Amino acid sequence: MNMVEALNHALDKNMASDDRVCVLGQDVGVDGGVFRVTKGLLQKYGKDRVIDTPLAEAGIIGTAVGMAIYGLRPVAEIQFSGFTMQAFDQIEQNMARFRNRTRNRYPIPMVMRTPYGGGIRAVEHHSESREAYWAHTPGLKVVAPSGPRNACALLHAAIADPDPVIFYEPKALYRAFREEVPDEPETIALGKAAVVREGTDITLVSYGAMMRPTLDAADDLKDLYKIGAEVIDLLSISPLDTETLVDSVSATGRCVVVHEGPRTCGIAAEIIARINEHAFEHLLAPIKRITGYDIHFPYFQCEEHYLPDAETIIEAVRETMQYDQ
Amino acid sequence: MPAISGDEDRAMTADRPAATIAPRKKGMGRKRIDLGELEDVQILNEHGVVDEASEPTIDGTDLFRIYRTMVLTRAVDRRMVNMQRQGEMGTFAPGEGQEATQIGQIFPVTDKDWFSPSYRSFGAQLWRGWTIEGLLLLWGGYFEGFEVPAGVNDLPFSIVVGSHILPAVGVAMGIRMRGDDAIVLTNFGDGALSQGVVSEAFNFAAVYKAPIVFVCENNGYAISTPIEHQAGTIELARRGPGFGIPSVRVDGNDVLAMIVTTRAALERARSGGGPSLIEAVTYRMSAHTTADDPKVYRSEEEVAKWRARCPIARFEKYLLNKGLLDHKTIDRIGKECEQEVRAARERFRKRAKARPREVFDFMFQKLPAELEAQKREYLARLDRKGVE
Repeated sequence: MNMVEALNHALDKNMASDDRVCVLGQDVGVDGGVFRVTKGLLQKYGKDRVIDTPLAEAGIIGTAVGMAIYGLRPVAEIQFSGFTMQAFDQIEQNMARFRNRTRNRYPIPMVMRTPYGGGIRAVEHHSESREAYWAHTPGLKVVAPSGPRNACALLHAAIADPDPVIFYEPKALYRAFREEVPDEPETIALGKAAVVREGTDITLVSYGAMMRPTLDAADDLKDLYKIGAEVIDLLSISPLDTETLVDSVSATGRCVVVHEGPRTCGIAAEIIARINEHAFEHLLAPIKRITGYDIHFPYFQCEEHYLPDAETIIEAVRETMQYDQ
Repeated sequence: MPAISGDEDRAMTADRPAATIAPRKKGMGRKRIDLGELEDVQILNEHGVVDEASEPTIDGTDLFRIYRTMVLTRAVDRRMVNMQRQGEMGTFAPGEGQEATQIGQIFPVTDKDWFSPSYRSFGAQLWRGWTIEGLLLLWGGYFEGFEVPAGVNDLPFSIVVGSHILPAVGVAMGIRMRGDDAIVLTNFGDGALSQGVVSEAFNFAAVYKAPIVFVCENNGYAISTPIEHQAGTIELARRGPGFGIPSVRVDGNDVLAMIVTTRAALERARSGGGPSLIEAVTYRMSAHTTADDPKVYRSEEEVAKWRARCPIARFEKYLLNKGLLDHKTIDRIGKECEQEVRAARERFRKRAKARPREVFDFMFQKLPAELEAQKREYLARLDRKGVE
């Protein structure tokens, strides 16, 4: 399956096994979603549970919060993460706060799915990577899969979670490659990172669409420079798996963090701060971050120069390896 | 199960009810379109005279309870302002003058129904079963004040104006999806209508025929901004028909008119007719909050004019005329309510204990490791300071 099919599979399984699970968003019904993630669900589960909404992002999230209060398990789709800003009000005021505001009376077990990131030659507001906003918002969990199999498992976990989850889908990977996805639901615990490549020289940390250039860089580093990179796929951006990060960097002493979102106060900044707090004495070199820049995402003719690529990552790794205390 | 996305299947047919402009005969270039009617309802006028033709049938016990809750609401209101002045209460949003709007809208709502209030709604909250000491805790800055009483289907209010309305619509959509027999009533002020999310809420409710009643308490001001600076039309009920929502304007200081219109709206919602909008025209006789000085933006004469339209005095006259009340009873109820508030204040004082050790405990069902670590750090800080 590709990632679109894997996500569709997870939604289908959850809707089949739990009639509280419903899907809502713009064009998710008849159209099956602009990326076809919800394809076929309307025909299978009907319009009470697969809801084509008006064109209003705050409306989608705000009403989903109400459905969650009523005991349903809504999975809301926002067509592009650039449009989630319209819903910021409802995410911050209600989705993230209701459990605490009501002291557990109304938890919000809902998921906001949204495609994020660049690389698909899209118009303005279609390429943002603003996961740091949500990670900065108390009360939310934020996850980003990097392939079909973990996308399916993470979506199972997100729907089952008793708290609100922002599910960031790397749209550049939607149809980029296929993987075997088991038919029976498997889950990945939220808050758990995966060590996807073992190595002893340096730790590379990334997530979502940036896992591909990061893994390409790890391959080249091994083949061309004999550098063994340990690669961590965060999977969960919030909560962050501090333990896995600290264990790895404590062993390698070096680290490069890669993400496509803007640099300042980005996820890399938080990762570096945590490594400082917990593994400072093991560091052999300053931690580098390869990220998007603090600019608006460029129009697509220029996007390849904005997005981190394997070459830039390799360069950063080599500098880190050569750092002389 | 009723269909949620309208009653029509979304089949790809050419005869959908799409917007079209039908072919015209010669000379008929312009044609009037019907934007729906708006009614303006008053049953009990400001002199206490009732329009018998539209007077609702409400039994004496209920009328008495309505009156008493209005009096109690005002007593709580004044006491809270006092307590704030004495430093015992945080900033508080009083609602003196809006008692008929409050109790009139909530009276026909049943226990199985849901209520999603704005912050100036403690009258209706009292009716629903929130305790006075609970409300004192809430406004006094104690976290447990927000706890919805057991068995009460209410949402907590939200401080950001208008932000509570979309979740209320979501609850109503959930009710419709599950085919359950309940409705939602939500209220908000005139200022809230300027928020984009409120328009989104109206639209969602209309599209899905959600069983919800919107009560806009038009009290004339959003803090200092008068309605004519807030909106292009001061008749806010006009907003509804544009969304396909039946709407009505009501004298919000007339509790009977509030009851009659809310009943009709609830009936519509219960029978699958979808949302309604009620604009209750009332007046906030008090300040916006205890931090506000209304003398800056409105005249004493204006306030005096509205004081003469006091909703409690008006209802009193009605009950006196009906023989359901006498001056001795009025006195007694006033004293009883005052006593009830004082007793609640004592209970509040006993219960009012900040629980700083709990501030992390309701963030997630299970705290993530990082939050556990932050909590340990925070508790250590409390320990150092000797805070329980």
